Amino acid sequence: MKHIALIIRTLAAWIVTLLIVFPLIWLVLTAFKTEQQAIAIPPQLFFTPTLASFAEVNLRSDYLLFARNSVITSFVSTILGLAIAAPAAYSMAFFRSPATRDILMWMLSTKMMPAVGALVPIYVMAQTAGMLDTLPALIIVFTLSNLPIMVWMLYSGFKDIPSDILEAARMDGANVWGEFRHVIRPLAMGTLASTGLLCLVLSWNEAFWALNLSSAKAGTLATLIASYSSPEGLFWAKLSAASLMAIAPIVVVGWFSQKQLIQGLTFGAVK
Amino acid sequence: MSFLQLKGVEKVFGDVRAIKGIDLTIEKGEFVVFVGPSGCGKSTLLRMIAGLTDIDGGSVQLDGRDITHLPSSKRDLAMVFQSYALYPHMSVFDNMSFALRLANVDKAVIKQKVGHAAEILNLTKYLDRTPKELSGGQRQRVAIGRAIVRAPKVFLFDEPLSNLDAALRGQTRIEIAKLHRDLGATTIYVTHDQVEAMTLADRVVVLRDGAIEQVGSPLELYDKPANQFVAQFIGTPQMNVIDTAKLPTLREAVGATHAPDGFIGVRPENVMVRPAGGGKLPARVELIESLGADTLIYTSVGHNGNGVQIVSRQAERTSLTPGDSVGLDIAPASFHLFDRQGQKVAAH
Amino acid sequence: MKRLLPRALMAPAVVTLFLWMIVPLLMTLYFSAVHYNLMQPGEKTFAGFENFEYFFTDPDFGASVWNTIVLLGSVIVITVVLGTALALLVNDPFPGRGIVRVLLISPFFVMPTANALLWKHMMMNPVYGVLAQVAIFFGTTPVDWLTDHPLFSIILMVAWQWLPFACLIFITSLQSLDRDQMEAAGMDGANAFQKFWFLTLPHLARPIAVVVMIELIFLLSVFAEIFTTTGGGPGNDSTNVAFLIFKQALMNFDVGVASAGALFAVVLANIAAAFLIRMIGKNLD
Repeated sequence: MKHIALIIRTLAAWIVTLLIVFPLIWLVLTAFKTEQQAIAIPPQLFFTPTLASFAEVNLRSDYLLFARNSVITSFVSTILGLAIAAPAAYSMAFFRSPATRDILMWMLSTKMMPAVGALVPIYVMAQTAGMLDTLPALIIVFTLSNLPIMVWMLYSGFKDIPSDILEAARMDGANVWGEFRHVIRPLAMGTLASTGLLCLVLSWNEAFWALNLSSAKAGTLATLIASYSSPEGLFWAKLSAASLMAIAPIVVVGWFSQKQLIQGLTFGAVK
Repeated sequence: MSFLQLKGVEKVFGDVRAIKGIDLTIEKGEFVVFVGPSGCGKSTLLRMIAGLTDIDGGSVQLDGRDITHLPSSKRDLAMVFQSYALYPHMSVFDNMSFALRLANVDKAVIKQKVGHAAEILNLTKYLDRTPKELSGGQRQRVAIGRAIVRAPKVFLFDEPLSNLDAALRGQTRIEIAKLHRDLGATTIYVTHDQVEAMTLADRVVVLRDGAIEQVGSPLELYDKPANQFVAQFIGTPQMNVIDTAKLPTLREAVGATHAPDGFIGVRPENVMVRPAGGGKLPARVELIESLGADTLIYTSVGHNGNGVQIVSRQAERTSLTPGDSVGLDIAPASFHLFDRQGQKVAAH
Repeated sequence: MKRLLPRALMAPAVVTLFLWMIVPLLMTLYFSAVHYNLMQPGEKTFAGFENFEYFFTDPDFGASVWNTIVLLGSVIVITVVLGTALALLVNDPFPGRGIVRVLLISPFFVMPTANALLWKHMMMNPVYGVLAQVAIFFGTTPVDWLTDHPLFSIILMVAWQWLPFACLIFITSLQSLDRDQMEAAGMDGANAFQKFWFLTLPHLARPIAVVVMIELIFLLSVFAEIFTTTGGGPGNDSTNVAFLIFKQALMNFDVGVASAGALFAVVLANIAAAFLIRMIGKNLD
């Protein structure tokens, strides 16, 4: 009886999963088709794969430029974010004061404001400063958007370091710098890594500011994909190839760090 | 000149006086145990000596130096934490050598000292492992080893055995006793377990509500408790403490006919159970606990439902069963008198 | 010195976030009270409440609010209900569970523009799209999703993306479900449905609340999908409040009106945020 239940459950789970993930599977398949194969009726599940569409992507637009912009904006905003968030999180975790909780809550609340609320002023400021369609503008906006979550995640991670280990270090003769160097830093590496990854993911996928503040020069992969919006002859295979290249790294990152990423995004409200 | 001296040490949390003016002197090489119920302040006091908790009043002197306001790192004390507090990312060797590395001690010397401590504690083959690869007992020994390597002026132990299972606890207790015998180091040991206090201590400090109830050797505390609290805290099973108002005949039975109003205390081993009709106090058996080497007989003295419980302990097995009528005798001059406030009264 | 170090460490984060919050807010407040069109940047005249009046009486406004509500409500209901069902399905072990979980999480990490176009072209195209082919296979006429059911199409895209989020949270929460309690209920005679209703569902109440709150806050700003596929149309059928503000600002270039709208959106978000903050605050220490 239990055996049958298990079989049913397994089948149900797999079927449902494949149904849900089907669009992605289809995307992967289409990326390896030619444009003709991509619009074939009925849709082809079996075909000889080709890399032709990947090559054509670069002919249509400078894929590498947009990829480079995505890489630069996500990595720089991550590093910048960590540089600003880590000291703050450290201070809140280890030099706690009555105001700490309120400050943390306030920081989180800034993340909860809709981006569109700041669209007009940011756009106007960027325009006035001549920074529309520049990488620095995107970097600044990405960093500030992700800062609250980064502070929060780092704070949680720092707090998880058991205080009696720090006390043991103190008894062993470590001063404040010694505590940081020998105990906190090695133990917090994991948190720093997963916080950095989360920021990478969020910046890479960021579409609102990228679409509104950038264009031909500073556009990210998100905007490049968006340019496939209107029909332009046969383009599905190219779109799939471009999309696949753009989303694959992040989806893989997501596979490996799902727990931490979700933790960061729910502000730890679910343990 | 005593080695470690506490004078009027105070600690306040909010408006609660957690530690109330403690005075204590500890000699070099002594093994002193702080014991008391939860919340009595024993761990707080230990942490204040260690420098992990601030001292709000009074002073602490160590080997002639005033360490009251010195940071922990400069007090030359070592602490074994209840949770062991091992550095999870370091090997056993690195854990034990950490303090010496911070002090820039020569590598060869470090190797020798750590090796020596590891040998004493049977950790030599674990030196390369990390804490998560060790059992609870092994981790505890690493924590002790970390302290030994530093050869501090005083060892501080904060309930080190509470996270071990019963069998391991007994064994480790003996190892700690042997360690002290071999190293002769001054030690302060905090526990809530009075068996540990009795077996390990040169002197025991009984604490309650942030104040010292009594200080003395284990047997001193056992034979001459200064008040009812200490009398009932030390000794298992607990001393029988009976309200004279509830059992007036007890005075005569015990031989304390002039005892004032208050409480009379008698240890279970001084209560003898005689067959019905014998003994000075008629009683009824309520419960028998046969522990093998000891037998505990719980009896009820007095009428109806108002019986007073008196426990007797004897080495011999018994064939009594609950409900049997018996008589109780009290060993001569074995009683303790306490007044209504719980303070000891001299048995004139 | 003891006081100075913590403050110095926190300063960069606090200052930058403060500026990030206050400067746009002040500017928005200012803009909302003036006539300001990006095409005529020189002319800024005082407008009083005119911008607000204009924004709120815009025929598109009512529609956008309604669309926002429908979008939020639908996505939340779909993700919570399906998310719970999925989490229950994959909670107990079965062969390949690890892979299934990894696959299920994938849609969440696809960038919104790729998500949107994947659906717009490959799935929803009325001639060549997969959904159309399936319809033909079953003998029904294909639906022109984006033209005939624009808002629903957007809902579908967004729900597909956020389903993994809800699902993962529920999976995590189910792991902390007390097995002993379940066994005791079983011994008390409870069947599977009763166990779900009386034990599992209350346990999930809190994560569900969190998911609802988080989605409320983030879904308010759905933009990329609309921008990339329907452009808010046809007409205003798939315009939400966020897109309406965008339209005013960067298509009509009316900064004043857009700012009025932005303040409205911020107020809405504040309300939702207040609840979430309280919920998180309880969890903080």
